[in-house]
Amino acid sequence: MRPKHYGRTTAVVVIIILGVLLIKAFADGQIDWATTREYLTWPSIMWGLANTIWMSVVCMIVGIVIGVMVAVAHGSPNPVLRAAAIFYAWFFRGTPVILQLLIWFNLALVFPRLGIPGVWTGRTVDIITPVMATILGLALNEGAYASEIIRAGILSVDKGQTEASKSIGMSHLQALRRIILPQAMRVVVPPLGNEFIAMIKVTSLASIIGFSDLLKNVQDIYYYNAKVIELLMVAAFWYLIVVSILSVGQAAIERRFGRGFASTARR
Amino acid sequence: MTAPLVSAVNVGKSFNKLRALDRVSLDVMPGEVVCVIGPSGSGKTTFLRCINQLERIDAGAIWLDSELVGYRRVGDALHPLSEKEISRQRRITGMVFQRFNLFPHMTAVDNITEGPVQVLKKRPEEARAAAMALLERVGVAHKADTYPAELSGGQQQRVAIARALAMQPKLMLFDEPTSALDPELVGEVLNVMRDLARSGMTMIVVTHEMGFAREVADRVVFMDEGTVVESGTALQMMTEPAQKRTRDFLRTVLTRN
Repeated sequence: MRPKHYGRTTAVVVIIILGVLLIKAFADGQIDWATTREYLTWPSIMWGLANTIWMSVVCMIVGIVIGVMVAVAHGSPNPVLRAAAIFYAWFFRGTPVILQLLIWFNLALVFPRLGIPGVWTGRTVDIITPVMATILGLALNEGAYASEIIRAGILSVDKGQTEASKSIGMSHLQALRRIILPQAMRVVVPPLGNEFIAMIKVTSLASIIGFSDLLKNVQDIYYYNAKVIELLMVAAFWYLIVVSILSVGQAAIERRFGRGFASTARR
Repeated sequence: MTAPLVSAVNVGKSFNKLRALDRVSLDVMPGEVVCVIGPSGSGKTTFLRCINQLERIDAGAIWLDSELVGYRRVGDALHPLSEKEISRQRRITGMVFQRFNLFPHMTAVDNITEGPVQVLKKRPEEARAAAMALLERVGVAHKADTYPAELSGGQQQRVAIARALAMQPKLMLFDEPTSALDPELVGEVLNVMRDLARSGMTMIVVTHEMGFAREVADRVVFMDEGTVVESGTALQMMTEPAQKRTRDFLRTVLTRN
């Protein structure tokens, strides 16, 4: 006789009931799906989507570059570098990203002019545009998280690898670049992939400082035509599409860096 | 009279409170093969690591190829060398580790060309040709494009020896090169080392392989508790060691084999 799984059976029944209720809710709800479809490829939505994507890419790239530098500084024998790295991660991880965006955007209130004294200066309001404030806010924040991920990756590489690099005459930086970081990548790619996926969605916070991302442009339309849920569905659709594509790309990159690690490469 | 290739004088090294090396002195002449034996924790490995500066010594001095290791003498003061200078000094020696430490993300041949290309700035094709010759010499040429994870322990260690030789060192350091191997793979690694010794390479080998020591070593050094207890020819050491500690150690090792 087959064993009875009462718990499992109950769970399945509950899930089916909830699913039916959900479908019924959407069917009964007064959602004007025609409007959703109409705005799916609306020019300003497409612009917002493009802005969301390039902003995420730029912030991730800058964030990872900062992250590598901060992680390396954290592992440096120099106490000043190490302290600076720890302070950086502490500050940017310790405050909400939305607060950091607001600080950058409102910098002009306390620093009317920015620049290199004696060489060049400009009005802060001209330099810190919504785009610039978003890049600064999100990339610097990402750098703090990326640095911790990359540091964990570096620590995961066996100490013998550093010693072997040194024994063939490599410098500390050569060993990092050629031997340690490529191996750290294997450990680092899955969490950085998660960071990228999070970044796509976090860019929507920049809508409050006037950056024209997907969410901002969706809001601009529903403030005008009052089709709030219909347009939010448009945004949800595109976020899901982009994140799904990224997940596929992440799997490909993981395979690339798994070379030489038979057990993980041939899962 | 030729100068010794390695000259260690009263070398001391402590880890926190633990005295790992205590006034260790040893000269190794060019072309000489010295086997260092002793119980675990006797400081043999630490001594090797001090020679190629994976550890910094805190007393005494080591000269390598007539250069003071790790320091520059200015008047009466010793100034630590820069990282660049230390890297250059490390290239005098090649190191073979107990756990191979091959670069797992590179194929066998890329492991060997890495140093010549990145450090010596050799042209990649030139380095590859030299690497293939070395792989031939250690008998793993047919595995040139294989990743370390797909090689046996013996093959990995032979590739590691080739990697060290590719930097054309004057001295080869072996840190228990066969201790991590399955018994049936020990022979192939020892054969490569034997050939290397015959080719005139200067070698310091930390090992428990008494047969190898007897056959290949010009001199055997017995270390215990961070000091050199005694040294002599392999035959002397195995048949009539002067010290009781040496006799006790050899008895346990030889009966175990």
